[in-house]
Amino acid sequence: MRKSPAESGKIVPSDITPYEKYLSRRALIAGGIGLAAAQSIGGFARNAYGQPAAALTYVRNAEFSVAEAPNSYKDITTYNNFYEFGTDKSDPAENAQKFRTRPWNVAVGGEAEITGTFTLEDILKPHPLQERIYRLRCVEAWSMVVPWIGFPLGDLIKRFKPTQKAKFVEFKTLYDPQQMPGERSRVLDWPYVESLRMDEAMHPLTLMVVGLYGKVVPNQNGAPLRLIVPWKYGFKGIKSIVSIKFTERPSRTTWSIAAPNEYGYFANVNPAVDHPRWSQATERHIGGSLFDQRRPTLPFNGYADQVAGLYSGMDLRKFF
Amino acid sequence: MWQIRWVFKPIVFLACLIPALHLAAGALNASGVPGFGGMSLGADPVKVMLHTCGRWTLNFLMITLCMSPLRDLTRLNLWLRFRRMFGLFAFFYVSLHLTVYLLLDQSGKLGALWPDIVKRPFITIGMLGLLLLIPLALTSTAKAQRRLGRKWTQLHRLIYVIAVLGVWHFWWGVKKDISEPRLYVCGLALLLGYRLWMRRKSLTRIGAASLARISVARFARTDGA
Repeated sequence: MRKSPAESGKIVPSDITPYEKYLSRRALIAGGIGLAAAQSIGGFARNAYGQPAAALTYVRNAEFSVAEAPNSYKDITTYNNFYEFGTDKSDPAENAQKFRTRPWNVAVGGEAEITGTFTLEDILKPHPLQERIYRLRCVEAWSMVVPWIGFPLGDLIKRFKPTQKAKFVEFKTLYDPQQMPGERSRVLDWPYVESLRMDEAMHPLTLMVVGLYGKVVPNQNGAPLRLIVPWKYGFKGIKSIVSIKFTERPSRTTWSIAAPNEYGYFANVNPAVDHPRWSQATERHIGGSLFDQRRPTLPFNGYADQVAGLYSGMDLRKFF
Repeated sequence: MWQIRWVFKPIVFLACLIPALHLAAGALNASGVPGFGGMSLGADPVKVMLHTCGRWTLNFLMITLCMSPLRDLTRLNLWLRFRRMFGLFAFFYVSLHLTVYLLLDQSGKLGALWPDIVKRPFITIGMLGLLLLIPLALTSTAKAQRRLGRKWTQLHRLIYVIAVLGVWHFWWGVKKDISEPRLYVCGLALLLGYRLWMRRKSLTRIGAASLARISVARFARTDGA
């Protein structure tokens, strides 16, 4: 079921969030081109969260959304780990503004019947978009709640008809030091590589993301195409994807190359397995008051009912 | 030199408080107190407070260690009159660092502290550095200095150990990007290296026989090469 932007605009705001900018943008779309709304647009430009992004057409998927209130657009778009644009949380919002996300191609290769280079438009065309409000847990022990817009990765994968040999899927981020200043430093092995086991990739929770808060996803959040795997630590959610490859063996992933004893292949959120240098038992939720207590971290980030079965019989201490 | 006491010291004192005042304003902003709109500490104010206090602890340790080289280079003793203040500011910021960690980051749950100290080497060494700084802060008065005499000098050499532990704590605490800890390592290496060099020079001058012999041997080797 697809709706026009105006209609989906009516569904969303009161259910999701009291976030004031979001609401005033909605007010603008609803026809009230008032002073307040105009100021809110001005606020966007001044604060450089990105160009006022195009609205997307989508439906809300309540079944796959958590009930918690999402973080503010500002927090989600100014507090980012995207080392391609710098290692500070505020770097991506500053350095990704001029990043060109059109034209954009995605190379599909490996163990599949259909391979080749596809334009972003080709990739996105057949997939109706949905909004899902997911928890996001960073390996650094902080968390957010984010209203993503996207479609299941599984639906995309099926189009390429992976062969019997395809046991894993590898993703790569764009390597373009001209545009991505962080790639000029050797802090990580570029390009960024991630990989999922096929059953993880096909799981209905695994999302290809193109939007945030009803609009095209800002550059600093991984435009134009990024992965979200809500039961894994955030670094598995590779951003600005240019390559998808079906493989027989798991790829060596960027963070596990950087520090194999600290970041594993699976990286499932697990309060019982600490990072060697800090505890994963609790997390600080972004956007609360200064005196908020840390929250207990949930196994598989609260998605255990849906995904724990993927790992039955595995020693999660060993396969962290 | 009344100006040092009544003009320069108060000015420097207030300047040293700026990072703390900035954090205080940011904390008021994060608590929703009106009037501090421009003072935001970002999406994760607790982390910013924790890290800023940690950084300024290291900065003040470095500044403290700069005073006697500056005296040597400029042949002005006035640098040493600021040394105690800078050292105490290092203690002030490390106390804030610990307070933010305990009260805001860990929400005052002291039960979590001990496992953190024992299980996590970077916290163990940070905590050790902090504990070693306490006796230095306590004996920072002129009175204590007089009473302890030579022992005071020996005791206060602990600052070298403390600075190493502090930088080490920073190095181990960062996730991946060590460019900033590396700067502190370089600075510290320079400051400690200078002292070793001076010590060797003065010992050679006094004519400590064994050391002189080693030096001679080394020079001979260098000449040979």
